[in-house]
Amino acid sequence: MRTDYLAKRVAQAALTFFVTVTLTFVLYRMMPGGPTEALRNVILQQQMGTGNTIDPARVERLVAQYTNLQSDAPMYKQYIQYMSSVFLEQDLGESLYEDASVTSLLAERIPWSMLISVYAMVIGYTVSIVLGAVMAFKEKSRFDSISSIVVIGLNSTPYYVAGILLIFFFSIRNEIFPTGGRVGLGVEEGFNILFMQSIAYHAALPVLSMSILGLGTALTMRGNAVRVLGEDYLRVAKLRGLRNSRIATQYVGRNAILPMYTQFMIGIAGVLSSSVIVEQIFSYPGVGLLVYDAIQVRNYPVLMGSLIVFTLVTIVAILIADLTYGFIDPRISSGGTDE
Amino acid sequence: MSSERSDDSDGLGDLFDADTDRETVPQTQRLKRQFDLYVAAPFRVAMTDWRAIVGTAIILMFVLMGTVGVWLVDKPTSGDAPVLEPPFQNPSYVLGTDTFGQPIGAQLIHATPDMFRMVFAGAVVSVGVAALVGVLSGFRRGSTLDTILMMITDIIITIPGLPLVIVLVAIFQPGNPYVIGVLLGLDNWPGLARTVRSQVLSIREESYVEASRIMGISTGTILRRDVIAQLMPYITVNSALASRRIIFESVGLYFLGILPFTTFNWGVMMNIAYEGNALNRPSMYHFLAFPLLTIFLMSFGLVLFSQGMDSVFNVRLRARHSATIDEGDSDS
Repeated sequence: MRTDYLAKRVAQAALTFFVTVTLTFVLYRMMPGGPTEALRNVILQQQMGTGNTIDPARVERLVAQYTNLQSDAPMYKQYIQYMSSVFLEQDLGESLYEDASVTSLLAERIPWSMLISVYAMVIGYTVSIVLGAVMAFKEKSRFDSISSIVVIGLNSTPYYVAGILLIFFFSIRNEIFPTGGRVGLGVEEGFNILFMQSIAYHAALPVLSMSILGLGTALTMRGNAVRVLGEDYLRVAKLRGLRNSRIATQYVGRNAILPMYTQFMIGIAGVLSSSVIVEQIFSYPGVGLLVYDAIQVRNYPVLMGSLIVFTLVTIVAILIADLTYGFIDPRISSGGTDE
Repeated sequence: MSSERSDDSDGLGDLFDADTDRETVPQTQRLKRQFDLYVAAPFRVAMTDWRAIVGTAIILMFVLMGTVGVWLVDKPTSGDAPVLEPPFQNPSYVLGTDTFGQPIGAQLIHATPDMFRMVFAGAVVSVGVAALVGVLSGFRRGSTLDTILMMITDIIITIPGLPLVIVLVAIFQPGNPYVIGVLLGLDNWPGLARTVRSQVLSIREESYVEASRIMGISTGTILRRDVIAQLMPYITVNSALASRRIIFESVGLYFLGILPFTTFNWGVMMNIAYEGNALNRPSMYHFLAFPLLTIFLMSFGLVLFSQGMDSVFNVRLRARHSATIDEGDSDS
């Protein structure tokens, strides 16, 4: 059963990735006038300075070089060509502006985006699960009602608004944290304390503003835990004289967290999504900022490449979550699908 | 008091009388009973929940802003007023003016109708698709249809929404608020679809649905009579949450300057203020602060509303709290 489950999950992940790459192909084709037409203006503009004359064949060639699309070949050939260059050669095309392949541009940025997203996710969810559980245990207390209001308030604050406020209070009014960048100027790169400190220091505000996204979980957790607390098996557990700590973790915690599976899955995609806006606010050079810069100049190959990479990261994250979830909930790995 | 009565009617009452009664009770009586069950009773419970009241009030305020407000306040144009007038000084522009001399209050008001159009289109698309997919695949659990639908759902859950929407927006440059709403709704449905599916699965196991099936009632009728009605709570709560997400995302995209600036929007105002370095210029604080506050208030209203509705609809929660609902919530 376990290997079966594993195989199914990996197959699902592979399929999702395949569909995403196909989607980018479809998106290229859906551009008004096709990729050639859409890219021509961009290419013309860019070549203007060099004084080269542009003939249609050259535009064709450039489009092929930038996007991996042979727009004069029949559709199925284009598709096969595009897919094989992505899967077999890890070639996502070339940036229209920098003289670099999209793959190398992304490879340089991904670790930084992952850094802030992963921390935001871990912090956001840990805090909200613990908070939700405590709120449920102290249901109807002053603590419960105050933190409910605070959580609802934070939950109504878009993460970018949180980002703006954080920058305003912690970087501009009080210069505690830097306003942007990912590492201090003149800090020696490498495995040393100063470098690490500088990274943490620069990542703190982005992480904090993104972790707000996970906070909605606190209310779900509270609701679930309140529900579990009312179940008969919990009364039985209490009557059996089990230790409170065991009841809290084994009975309440476990049963309250499990139904939030889908929410976590969406959360992972959501946090990665949010990096586009957060990285722009904090001028944090990750994939999100790359997307932002690419869209200003219609750098389509970079946009498509980023979409592929964003999805890839999400797929891997969800796969990891899936596999660990199988350990916690035995029903899942034995083939149950009702969550 | 009121909650106790409504509990009875959808608890024991449903289980024992409903099916036999339905055949004999006249149409008007039936409508009356349904009205009491689905409209009056929830309303009575809602009036005891402060979150539902405040949430509804905030949403109503925005609706008024988008309808009556637009009609009362003139559309702002550049040079209407002195540039960067501070707030609460001049009664004709209470919230002050921006860098182009446009009153901020009027801009906020005139951004509301398009916001509602976006939210409406997005919520209809996401909740509609979610309900359809969830009910279909839940009711035909284990079939090929279920497998395919859930596979599509899982794929769309995985693709990060914002980057996809950004690529779509970059290609199509939509200016129409309905189109923007639909684009934003497209990646919004899978989560709710899964929730609806698991709800359908558990409703399917309920004894009254089983009874209907044994009695030979057609699938369509069971869906309509037993399943859809039970799902309304989830759909209402999630419409509010979907609306909040669409507001967040659309304002975020306007703020980044990715959506074309064809209309008034809170995000556009934030963008102009932020790009104008409002964070470092105290004279511009209000230009950034009021749009921020508006977005916060609207989503606060929607979240409160969904929370309130959740407790209204949640039978178990209501049963557990029925005795204490009055005193317990009025002091918080």
